[in-house]
Amino acid sequence: MGLLTTIILIPLLAVFVIVLLPDRQKQAIKWVALAATGIDLGLSIYLLVDYLHLISGLPGSGTSTALSLQYVERHVWLGRLGIEYFLGVDGISVLMIFLTAVVIFCGVCASWKHEYRTKEFFAFLLLLVTGVFGVFAAHDLFLFFLFYEVAVLPMYVLIGLWGTGPKEYSAMKLTLMLMGGSALIVVGILVLYFQAGVGSFSMSAIAQAKIPASTQAWLFPIMFFGFGTLGGLWPFHTWSPDGHASAPTAVSMLHAGVLMKLGGYGCLKTIYLMPEGALMWGTFFMVLTTVNIFYGALVAIQKTDLKYITAYSSVSHCGLVLFGLGTLNATAMQGAVVQMFAHGLMTALFFALIGMIYGRTHTRYITEMGGLFKVMPFLGVAYMVGGFAGLGLPGLAGFIAEVQVFIGAFALNSIGHRLLTILVAASVVTTAVYILRFLTRMFYGPLQNPEHAKLTDATFVERVPLTILVFLLAFAGMFPGWMIRLIEYSLAPVMANLEQARRAMLP
Amino acid sequence: MTGHWFIDHLWLVPLFPFLGFLLVGLVIRPLGDRPSSTVAILAMVASAVVGWGAAFQYFTHHAGETLVPWQYEWLRFSPTLVGNMGVLVDDISMLLVLVVTTISLLIHVYSQGYMRGDPGYPRFFSFLNLFTFSMLGLVLACSVLQMFIFWELVGVSSFLLIGFYWAKPSAVSACKKAFIVTRFADLGFLLGLLMLSYYAKGLDFTFLTSPETVAKLARTTLPFLGVSALPLSAILIFCGAAGKSAMFPLHIWLPDAMEGPTPVSALIHAATMVVAGVYLVARMFPMFAASEPAILTVMSIGAFTALFAAVIAVTQFDIKRVLAYSTLSQLGYMMLALGVATLDKPLGFTASMFHLTTHACFKALLFLGAGSVIHAVHTNDMREMGGLRRKLPITHATFLIACLAIAGVPPFSGFFSKDEILAAAVENGHYFVFALALGVAGLTAFYMFRLYFMTFWSEPQDHEKYHHAHESPWSMTSVLIVLAVPTALLGLVPFGHYVHRGELEHHGINWLIAGPAILVGLAGIAVAFMLYFRPNGLPDRIAFAFSGIYRVIRDKFYIDELYLFVTHHVIFRYVSAPFNWFDRHCVDGLMDLTAQSALLSGRSLRRTVTGHLQTYLLWAWLGSAVLALVVWQMQAALGWALTFVGLGIIAGIFAWQWVLQLLNRSEPLKRIEKD
Amino acid sequence: MNGPTLEHYLVFSALLFCIGLYGMLTRRNLIAMLMSVELVLNAAALNFVAFHHFLFPGDSGGAVFPIFIIAVAAAEAAVALAIFIALFRHQQHLDVQQSDSLKG
Repeated sequence: MGLLTTIILIPLLAVFVIVLLPDRQKQAIKWVALAATGIDLGLSIYLLVDYLHLISGLPGSGTSTALSLQYVERHVWLGRLGIEYFLGVDGISVLMIFLTAVVIFCGVCASWKHEYRTKEFFAFLLLLVTGVFGVFAAHDLFLFFLFYEVAVLPMYVLIGLWGTGPKEYSAMKLTLMLMGGSALIVVGILVLYFQAGVGSFSMSAIAQAKIPASTQAWLFPIMFFGFGTLGGLWPFHTWSPDGHASAPTAVSMLHAGVLMKLGGYGCLKTIYLMPEGALMWGTFFMVLTTVNIFYGALVAIQKTDLKYITAYSSVSHCGLVLFGLGTLNATAMQGAVVQMFAHGLMTALFFALIGMIYGRTHTRYITEMGGLFKVMPFLGVAYMVGGFAGLGLPGLAGFIAEVQVFIGAFALNSIGHRLLTILVAASVVTTAVYILRFLTRMFYGPLQNPEHAKLTDATFVERVPLTILVFLLAFAGMFPGWMIRLIEYSLAPVMANLEQARRAMLP
Repeated sequence: MTGHWFIDHLWLVPLFPFLGFLLVGLVIRPLGDRPSSTVAILAMVASAVVGWGAAFQYFTHHAGETLVPWQYEWLRFSPTLVGNMGVLVDDISMLLVLVVTTISLLIHVYSQGYMRGDPGYPRFFSFLNLFTFSMLGLVLACSVLQMFIFWELVGVSSFLLIGFYWAKPSAVSACKKAFIVTRFADLGFLLGLLMLSYYAKGLDFTFLTSPETVAKLARTTLPFLGVSALPLSAILIFCGAAGKSAMFPLHIWLPDAMEGPTPVSALIHAATMVVAGVYLVARMFPMFAASEPAILTVMSIGAFTALFAAVIAVTQFDIKRVLAYSTLSQLGYMMLALGVATLDKPLGFTASMFHLTTHACFKALLFLGAGSVIHAVHTNDMREMGGLRRKLPITHATFLIACLAIAGVPPFSGFFSKDEILAAAVENGHYFVFALALGVAGLTAFYMFRLYFMTFWSEPQDHEKYHHAHESPWSMTSVLIVLAVPTALLGLVPFGHYVHRGELEHHGINWLIAGPAILVGLAGIAVAFMLYFRPNGLPDRIAFAFSGIYRVIRDKFYIDELYLFVTHHVIFRYVSAPFNWFDRHCVDGLMDLTAQSALLSGRSLRRTVTGHLQTYLLWAWLGSAVLALVVWQMQAALGWALTFVGLGIIAGIFAWQWVLQLLNRSEPLKRIEKD
Repeated sequence: MNGPTLEHYLVFSALLFCIGLYGMLTRRNLIAMLMSVELVLNAAALNFVAFHHFLFPGDSGGAVFPIFIIAVAAAEAAVALAIFIALFRHQQHLDVQQSDSLKG
């Protein structure tokens, strides 16, 4: 059994173990979940290091040697239809698998105090993460979609059962909108399969088969909107604020931290599969995502509920991912992938912190907080670091992404594109406004509520995930070289496809 | 590699404070106050030793050269565009390393006394170390990207230190304001960086400031506006510089930044961080100098700020605010000096750097002296001070030296640097600027001595405070004395010999220029003496006579109010709020509408499901009859027609039900309340 | 002499069918509806026999199907009557108009 299958199967195995455990053994259930995610984290670190070691021998930058898939596992599954159990990773998938492992590990730590129907909660959580790992490892489109659904569907139960506020409404909305996206995706996959006519769902086979440009012209937006819905693309982002606001802590972490990345990842694959379509529609999506970025930040200024603020900042930040992809420029796309990683870490951090603070103050409204530094300095510092990462402070991961996207987008030499880039760059100011607003509102100033004076700072179990996330944010921000190496080799095939399409489209 | 140990190991200079920050912040903080400050100071000592060693080696062995002893590829954007991190060694970076390490070290020592007993003592020292790290990284930056990175980091450490007393609401709004205003300015810097990344295809300073690159940029015409890339990128970068150096109209954050502890005001908001903007323009001087519009922008904004801030300083009563406006004015002076320099006659460049250095000394001394005063009387308001010379003799003496220096009285340091600026203005034929600078010099002398007389002479205004006043501890006064030495003597250093661009002919003192400057300075002092040496009603009467103008000036020309109006009312209420409404009601409403239309259609179609067996039967028979008809006729057209008729009937039922529902509103759809 | 032709049988079975259909759609009593269903089934059986007799006398299919139909109708009647009895015990009547618990 290969490494990737192991990574995918371990959470699934844990699901079975948890289901078999009696409901009362809450502690045992948590330990099983923690062990499973811990092992996965270890394996994903091994995968990351091994992959980095693998590419360290390759020639330096600039050579567009397409690095073939690694850790390939390929078995015929439904032979007549050409469906295979085909796993394989490139650098981007490796980075995303690592991110997923980190976030789920931290999520399990952050829900250590979970008491209500613990067994089912962790079972669904781990089932979900199985799907996420699968999506990032799959190279067969059918398998990809299968895992994608496994990742999306448990969300309904997780929010509907363990959520807060109007949870049924939010769960329903989230699931229905994402299902709408899935419907578009499944149509897209089937059209690709039949149009390619190679009798295989393998992505590289389809990419080589050259879908006719006339098909790409209508299929590309369909698939991009399909994945974009999960990636928070405007105007299909509205599931995100309601969904995140209602979801329990670990689910918000996982959903904003990892699941929204599935959208970006899928969009990247869409570009890979349909380069001509991407060239035709790139600018259109750049406009939409500019709206995303600017508008998310502006709306976040108005919100007072922490979860809504974070959700809208996610809309804004994920917009940057899609914006970077939409530019079809190597530098900006690199930045987009880095932004997926950085945003995953920082939203996971935010939602973990919101959960912890809500557990203490029993409010999520920043108007009812103030001066919390006095009582919870550790949480405050962690929140500050997250906030600074969010506003793109150099030294933290967000900056690396932003500056790459900006530089890449600026290289599109036309007035329209320039204007979009300038607008997007201007969002760093609005972002700073809302982030400083809630940071200072919550932590600075005199203690607003005398009741809060009795609160305590983070416990040890809570410090673990926060420390991991803060450390990774800083590490990725100070030493970005390894990420760039991972990404640039994996982007090379995409860029090669785009280049070919560009040449083909010239008269 | 140069073979000189200190230069080769210059990266240690920022590294020490960074390690100090991590160590103090994460490990030592719980151990108590004394170990924290000791570690922080040791880090600074180590950093200063390396910095001084490197500067010594540079000026003795490599004077005039530009070296990059150490750099590495930090972030690769594309195969051709690389963001490097490294160390750039030339005259101005070495100069700034000297200034920053020295002043920072002194202020660390001073803070030991000033911050004693403060609950945030260890935090303060870790932040100071963080700031020093960022500032040194900025100074040594070898690429625009690195500059930008540390630029933001000094911004954030400034934010943390202004908001050091985070429980105080005024400090909170001040730190927010400082961060957001500079962030807004940094947007310009960022856009300039983007332009350079695209048009120059490189980010290293050595590359950007080379004549070939500058010429290439000047030749590149932009696709819009029709101007060349050079002035636009230079002006955009100047936006960032203007924000950090608090040039008009982005100056509003600096006076408010005085909410931070006084050592912070001295270190960050007087001596080092605010000169980063001047440094940036100096760093990219060849680009600015090659472009007329850019350099003129620098000059005019600098000159205007110098005058504008000096005028406001005359009317302020908060001791730190007077100093803050004085800092603004002096920064304007430095910008102005850079603005009058050209590639052929680069005297202004030297003058600007010279003034930067002397200003760092005397302004730090002034702030620390003010800190000592505040420490003694626990108020910032000069109207509650007076007569303090008897209580604070050391503070008084050193403060006087600093005042004489800033007023431009020979032989103190300020005289020489200011004289050089005036000379540079004359040399390049900017007589108007020269006149303006001369006027500002007079104003400077006046408001500084107004402050001095009100604080140390006159009569004690608040006897309670006066009675309890006492000289500060040794750790503070010793720093004052140490700083007084360069404040007095730095002017005697042949500065132009070390720091210059191009060939600088020996420049003595031109008494035709220096004479009026001295006279104007003395006149300012004399007026201040008349008005403030002894308490009298004269100042109030003058203020009353010009009450209209006076009020406008005292309220800083209402620029803060304007900003507040724009940000709070216009943007917050008329831009952001409608967006919020639009999102919740239009975009989300659209999604809800989709969901509700599904709900509605279901609700309408359910009327067809009566539960009666015979209704179902009827439908079934009708359906099979239609099918039979189609099969019998074998005509596709008929089939389609019948299908459409059927669908039409269903749609009709649906529509009818919907209308009924709208009319009755019998069962309004339950909409869940949202945020 | 001319016996009844195929048309006679078909018309007769069509009448039978329509009577059955009408009964199914209008009778409110379930037993009456069941009887109507029997009429429809018999109409179909009659068609089979008639076609067998007039058109394909050699083919045994036409003769076998009515037997199937009769068997199925008997089984159906048995099951239906059992259900009706259960239903009657449950709700004390066999009126289809009143049994609408599947109403949407």
